[in-house]
Amino acid sequence: MTETNVHHHQFDVVIVGAGGAGMRAAIEAAPKANTAVITKLYPTRSHTGAAQGGMAAALANVEEDNWEWHTFDTIKGGDYLVDQDAAEILAKEAIDAVIDLENMGLPFNRTPEGKIDQRRFGGHTRDHGKAPVRRACYAADRTGHMILQTLFQNCVRLGVNFFNEYYALDLIMSEVDGTQVPAGIVALELATGEIHVFHAKAITFATGGFGKIYKTTSNAHTLTGDGVGIVWRKKLPLEDIEFFQFHPTGLAGLGILLTEGARGEGAILRNASGERFMERYAPTIKDLAPRDIVARCMVQEVREGRGAGPYQDYVLLDCTHLGAEVLETKLPDITEFARTYLGIDPVVEPVPVMPTAHYAMGGIPTNNNAEVLSDNDTIVPGLYAAGECACVSVHGANRLGTNSLLDINVFGKRSGNNAAEYVKTAEFPPLPEHPEKFVVDMLQSFRDATGTESVAAIRKALQETMDANAQVFRTDETLAQVSKDIHGLRQRFANVSIHDKGKRFNTDLLEAVELGFLLDIAEVVVYAARNRKESRGGHMREDFPNRDDENYLKHTMAYLTGDPHSPDPADHIKLDWKPVVIQGYQPMERKY
Amino acid sequence: MSNDVIEATPEAPVAPQAFTVTLNIRRYDPDSGEEAHWQAFDVDVFPTDRILDALHKIKWEQDGSLTFRRSCAHGVCGSDAMRINGRNRLACKTLLKDLDLAQPIYVEAIKGLPLEKDLVVDMEPFFASYREVQPFLQAHSVPPKDKERIQSVADRARFDDTTKCILCAACTSSCPVFWTDGQYFGPAAIVNAHRFIFDSRDDEAKVRLDILNDKEGVWRCRTTFNCTEACPRGIQITAAIAEVKQAIIRGHR
Repeated sequence: MTETNVHHHQFDVVIVGAGGAGMRAAIEAAPKANTAVITKLYPTRSHTGAAQGGMAAALANVEEDNWEWHTFDTIKGGDYLVDQDAAEILAKEAIDAVIDLENMGLPFNRTPEGKIDQRRFGGHTRDHGKAPVRRACYAADRTGHMILQTLFQNCVRLGVNFFNEYYALDLIMSEVDGTQVPAGIVALELATGEIHVFHAKAITFATGGFGKIYKTTSNAHTLTGDGVGIVWRKKLPLEDIEFFQFHPTGLAGLGILLTEGARGEGAILRNASGERFMERYAPTIKDLAPRDIVARCMVQEVREGRGAGPYQDYVLLDCTHLGAEVLETKLPDITEFARTYLGIDPVVEPVPVMPTAHYAMGGIPTNNNAEVLSDNDTIVPGLYAAGECACVSVHGANRLGTNSLLDINVFGKRSGNNAAEYVKTAEFPPLPEHPEKFVVDMLQSFRDATGTESVAAIRKALQETMDANAQVFRTDETLAQVSKDIHGLRQRFANVSIHDKGKRFNTDLLEAVELGFLLDIAEVVVYAARNRKESRGGHMREDFPNRDDENYLKHTMAYLTGDPHSPDPADHIKLDWKPVVIQGYQPMERKY
Repeated sequence: MSNDVIEATPEAPVAPQAFTVTLNIRRYDPDSGEEAHWQAFDVDVFPTDRILDALHKIKWEQDGSLTFRRSCAHGVCGSDAMRINGRNRLACKTLLKDLDLAQPIYVEAIKGLPLEKDLVVDMEPFFASYREVQPFLQAHSVPPKDKERIQSVADRARFDDTTKCILCAACTSSCPVFWTDGQYFGPAAIVNAHRFIFDSRDDEAKVRLDILNDKEGVWRCRTTFNCTEACPRGIQITAAIAEVKQAIIRGHR
């Protein structure tokens, strides 16, 4: 052991992550149980705040709608890989989730009658696909910001214990009566470099996504899949990890998100000749087709030479007919993003856009109570996950826009409630003698390393090969390439060193640890993607262009079974399947 | 004289040109025993790069110990407020082409909060002031069962501007009053009080007005407009503070 100071804490419930899901869980758990929230950022920096367009709920405030239509859209949008019981919960509880937020203070936009206003969004339809429906509750184009702020405000009201800028690095599991249960979290306090052990009865992961495995992404620099990576290293499974969403409208070359709400308000995608190309691909709902379809169509347009710009490498999002007032009042932030980052004023000029890596449909498998699964059926008592890091699965192969802000609220709330209930009767599991040992040793090995490789260079290479080979279109050949690349990068990573050897705010060290998670996750994403020899939702295999329900209407379950450094993923990753819950919506061809 | 007509060449793509700028960054490491000092870095950038991109290039290619906060990189998370050429801005919203590139660029931590390391300050005093204004809805009426509270479009618009705040501290740490008196609530806390004081659903405007009627409250504002100029979200902060002052004088919202 080194001389590192180790601090010990004890809480009934420890929540890792302070985005929407984590804080929604805290609002339930904190009044009922001694609760701590650990976050590697400040809560208000979390990426929930970057969500723009809205949160779906069939309030029917502006036109006829009901939760059954929402359920159907979610299932069809997810290309039938959605667990239908979970989708029903999501759509039903959406209504309360929105009302809860309003009652907590969220300033939604209002209708002339003073009710919550609603707008159109991709894949959300009236009566099973007949026409777009206004289902997304919104606050201008900063709905996620308002949700994050409102949840934070309510955490302040409740006096929630936050451990800000504490980076969770390990989950301690202990055996109780022959069962593995979570016993604590080991975290690095960034300000001091000291180690903290949080002994807990229940632990909730709400750590968000891992978009930084890609170069072009709407995700924050900090979205490095730490929670998913920690769980993976504990040999707990990951579900449907090959399904990653590419949001159609990222600012070209930058990946910064422009909300689908723009198209909800009437914006149109055009190719170089000005054609509204989505009419050809989705004649009924056109630009409001789900994201997987729109993203593929955009790439197709560019591949076939109809891209715009000097290199014909993007398409255009035309908002010019919406008028300055709609843009300034309903879409002010994205209007400013286009002006700031591309010098283009959407009021008078169409905006260059291309798909950007946006959202992980897969993640830590949970049941509908947000309890983490250790296989297809067995729960890990006391361990919960919610939000993007989890896979319930309500998003299946492709998430609908506005269903993630919904997911974090519905399943964040469930995880918080269930964790608080669980700790009423649970005891503190025993901790090993030195629970911090793994983390202390790992950090020390990075500090001591004298290798010649740089974290930034390896990360850049990973992100570039993922963009080139595992993006909107994939083939076995491209996936094999990225798999080979990752193995090479892992070897380079073993020879890495960091500049900053200090303790305080060592973000150099932090980035090295994050890269380890990114490499692990990218490897399993690619391995699972090679194994799924069909095209479904966000997973488009050009060598297997059709959906194959006979062989693949089932969830992937990936397990780490050996040394992750062995060259062939087959030596250390086992892939299995889990049935999809079908409750009445038989898979149909997906047309819009 | 030649009559040769220069053929109009088809619009050939012009690759953007990289160029070198010097960033002078104020470094500080409390463990080094050294005082804070300026260090110059030459870095190759494109005109459309953000200051954040330049800082990353330095960190990733020259000096991994350079320390700063950042997350979303497009101006919504509020992590990377810093003082760039003497003005508070977000590093991720400041493009190099918008700075005077004939001069060296100076980057330092925001002022008025305890310096921790390089561009990182202790945000806790800032959030403590925020918490003090009770920044959460306090509505005593019971909302209609399973329904939202009704709020008119006009009532919702009344506090729209102050809902944009991302708590980056660019405003508070640009305020000369805050620099000299760390007890002053500062613009960001007042902005967040304003957001609830003028929300028609809230019933505790009076409590917040009393809190801000303190000697460290709104009356310390000297209307220098630094905060409004610094706000990366374009919030009319000085106007919001003035509205709070008027409400205190009126005795109600």
